[in-house]
Amino acid sequence: MTLYLFYFLSFLAILCGLMVILEKNPIHSVLYLVITFFAIAGHYILLNAQFLAAVHIIVYAGAIMVLFLFVLMLLNLNKESEPHKSNMAKGAAVIASGLLLVILVGALKETASLPVSSIASEGTGINSMGLVKNLGQVLFTQFLLPFETASLLFLSAMVGAVLLGKRDIK
Amino acid sequence: MSAIQTIPVNLYILLSVALFCIGVLGVLFRRNAIIIFMSVELMLNAVNLLLVAFSSYWQDPAGQIFVFFVMVVAAAEVAVGLAILVMIYRNTGSTDIDVLNKLKN
Repeated sequence: MTLYLFYFLSFLAILCGLMVILEKNPIHSVLYLVITFFAIAGHYILLNAQFLAAVHIIVYAGAIMVLFLFVLMLLNLNKESEPHKSNMAKGAAVIASGLLLVILVGALKETASLPVSSIASEGTGINSMGLVKNLGQVLFTQFLLPFETASLLFLSAMVGAVLLGKRDIK
Repeated sequence: MSAIQTIPVNLYILLSVALFCIGVLGVLFRRNAIIIFMSVELMLNAVNLLLVAFSSYWQDPAGQIFVFFVMVVAAAEVAVGLAILVMIYRNTGSTDIDVLNKLKN
């Protein structure tokens, strides 16, 4: 059952990922990307990372995709007016990424399966590692400084975005 | 029955590699800068998925915290990147990346 769910979600993610690239209309690309993100969130739930699944849907499907759609609508790009690359450049792109795929698969397919059964069975049976309680404890003790630094990063990103968006700066 | 008892980790590695290569293909294949941004997001998500898989298989929460920070950085990156894109559109009238070759000569 879990294996079938895994295959279904993987198929959905890869198919919609390909459609993001091949679709001519940018709006359709964004919508396919949303489906891909939901499939990845399903993978997170399968992996017992419930908190990350929720954050992933909120941040990506909620915030980032709305931002993309907003910019597409603002710039009025929802038409198929994009000039295409030459066929040679397209062929080179396909060959390059295909070679990358072949190399990565060839390098990683012999990866020995991690001996997880012993580690996983050491736990209490109920796997609660991905829940908010557990992750929050780690985040606010071990990773407190990076967490606070992230707020500085957001502040500077916000100021930068506003400055870039202003039409004329005195 | 959870995934880590039934699904070998190799499948997650293969899925992440496939998603990452789709992202690379998108960056090389398209000329619209917004699609290229989306492909970069796809690559980031492939890496995130692999980090969550390893973290879950090793029962180590640090990997999931790291994914959390990757999401934070990705959100900031998208905000600034789209602002730059709007600026480019305002100055050149298109989001075609091949227009931006003024540094070439």
